[in-house]
Amino acid sequence: MTQDAVACTGLAYAFGGTRAVDGLDLTVAEGEVFGLLGPNGAGKTTAIRCITTLLPVPAGMVRVFGHDTAEDRMAVRRLLGYVPQQLSADQSLTGRENVALFARVFDVPRRERAARVGQALAAVDLTDAADRLAKTYSGGMVRRLELAQALVSAPRLLILDEPTIGLDPIARTGVWEHINAVRAATGMTVLVTTHYMDEADQYCDRVGLMHHGRVRALGTPAELRQGLAARRGTTTLPTLEDVFREVAGSGLDDESGDFRDVRSTRRTAGRVG
Amino acid sequence: MSEAPAVPQAASADGIGLLLQAPRPRAGWRLLPARVGAMCAVELQKLRHDRTELYTRAVQPALWLLIFGQTFTRIKAIPTDGIPYIDYLAPGIIAQSAMFIAIFYGIQIIWERDAGILNKLLVTPTPRSALITGKAFAAGVKSLVQAVVVVLIAAVLGVALTWNPLKLLGVAAVVVLGSVFFSCLSMTIAGIVLSRDRLMGFGQAITMPLFFGSNALYPLSVMPGWLQAVSKGNPLSYQVDALRGLLLGTPAHLALDFAVLLVAAALGIAAASSLLGRLAR
Ligand SMILES: Nc1ncnc2c1ncn2[C@@H]1O[C@H](COP(=O)(O)OP(=O)(O)OP(=O)(O)O)[C@@H](O)[C@H]1O
Ligand SMILES: [Mg+2]
Repeated sequence: MTQDAVACTGLAYAFGGTRAVDGLDLTVAEGEVFGLLGPNGAGKTTAIRCITTLLPVPAGMVRVFGHDTAEDRMAVRRLLGYVPQQLSADQSLTGRENVALFARVFDVPRRERAARVGQALAAVDLTDAADRLAKTYSGGMVRRLELAQALVSAPRLLILDEPTIGLDPIARTGVWEHINAVRAATGMTVLVTTHYMDEADQYCDRVGLMHHGRVRALGTPAELRQGLAARRGTTTLPTLEDVFREVAGSGLDDESGDFRDVRSTRRTAGRVG
Repeated sequence: MSEAPAVPQAASADGIGLLLQAPRPRAGWRLLPARVGAMCAVELQKLRHDRTELYTRAVQPALWLLIFGQTFTRIKAIPTDGIPYIDYLAPGIIAQSAMFIAIFYGIQIIWERDAGILNKLLVTPTPRSALITGKAFAAGVKSLVQAVVVVLIAAVLGVALTWNPLKLLGVAAVVVLGSVFFSCLSMTIAGIVLSRDRLMGFGQAITMPLFFGSNALYPLSVMPGWLQAVSKGNPLSYQVDALRGLLLGTPAHLALDFAVLLVAAALGIAAASSLLGRLAR
């Protein structure tokens, strides 16, 4: 039996009165690329922050490779690489220093550190820019740098929260190509969120569509599209975006995409651009 | 580093050999010094890339020594047991400039929170107390670099400081310990107020009382009773006392000073660590 990379059972998290995640059941199998989709405010980031141990949840709700996030925090963190939704490289350090910090805090031994950092930078094509300050990087380069930071510890589970937000099409493809190249070599599991349905369709083995804190549709992109075609009784295959519209626009969306959500998304996009 | 780009597939496949295996976790007690080392290294790298802060922060202590120090040396208004007032003042100004850096260190934590950097560090195998200890010592390193600058300014102005390496080592320890405490005070307040502006206000509100309510400018003996009481509860006083003893050779209570600073630093780390989670939400 292969172990699930992530298993959430009845995961719930509320900010005051806002039930951001509300009974989420989700499993991500080892080795797959799982896409978590959903409108602004659906609870994707909150769910991810619970899985990464950033938000405290009671025992029994989240397991990462069998380790409970409430009980075995350090073990969970050692298995994770995390790229948050906002750009988070330290602008006042060089690319190499940014990656080296993560090598150090993941206990890469000194004699191996420089080589490992070099390989992580090479894996995302940043060798030439490695010794420039990160504040001189373009949005796509910062995202790749963050990827290198996450990869330097050889994570078994890579968690990416909107890794391609605000990037131009070429930079987007670049990010995905680097993810896939490393995945092919390491077999790591990837949990990713995105608002680009074409990306999800192309790169994800399975997707879960979240709305109001819960998964409302789950399957391979093809399954979801065929399912919608069957429900509509049409012969032309709908796109994943059609599936998204059906789930997210199903009359309960007064609260989604509120000011706060849009503003925070814009801010991230602004920093990328 | 530079593999032949002709066969990108093969090159990238064996070019990531090291990334296939996770590093072995460091055992128990060795984790804390490793994290402290990592945070201090980052602080030094930042100082290397941008030294403006180092220079601008040197202006104020230089003015204190130059204007206040020289003037009060001439009017001999403050009893200093026979040493020139500027000499008496120098350790106080060293402690002050270190404290200013540490007191505003919490702003950096909030800034890192806003920039997503803190979140990412919190998802590494670094217990919160280790992260805070690392940050606190990083503040200590930053203060120490600043203290070196102030010591040099004081030396140029003719202050008779010790050059005994052991005593200077003691001075470094005192500066770092004091900064650990004040940066933790700052990070504790950051964990309570959660915003940069409010922390800025708090920082400004407490630095002056801490400074004037200490023995940095004048000895305890000339203070009114209530201020003496305040000063005795103020870690800055113990820091200044130790610095004076080590740098000038005046009578000091080094054992007590170190004990107070160590306990204050430990309490500060505990308080800031327990509030760090609030910044992560
Ligand atoms: N720190 C916070 N404090 C209070 N409410 C929050 C906080 N973070 C998120 N929320 C709320 O929780 C809900 C879910 O937010 P979340 O960020 O998880 O959504 P998301 O699916 O990631 O959206 P987006 O696609 O815009 O990134 C939203 O209603 C949001 O306003
Ligand atoms: Mg989000």
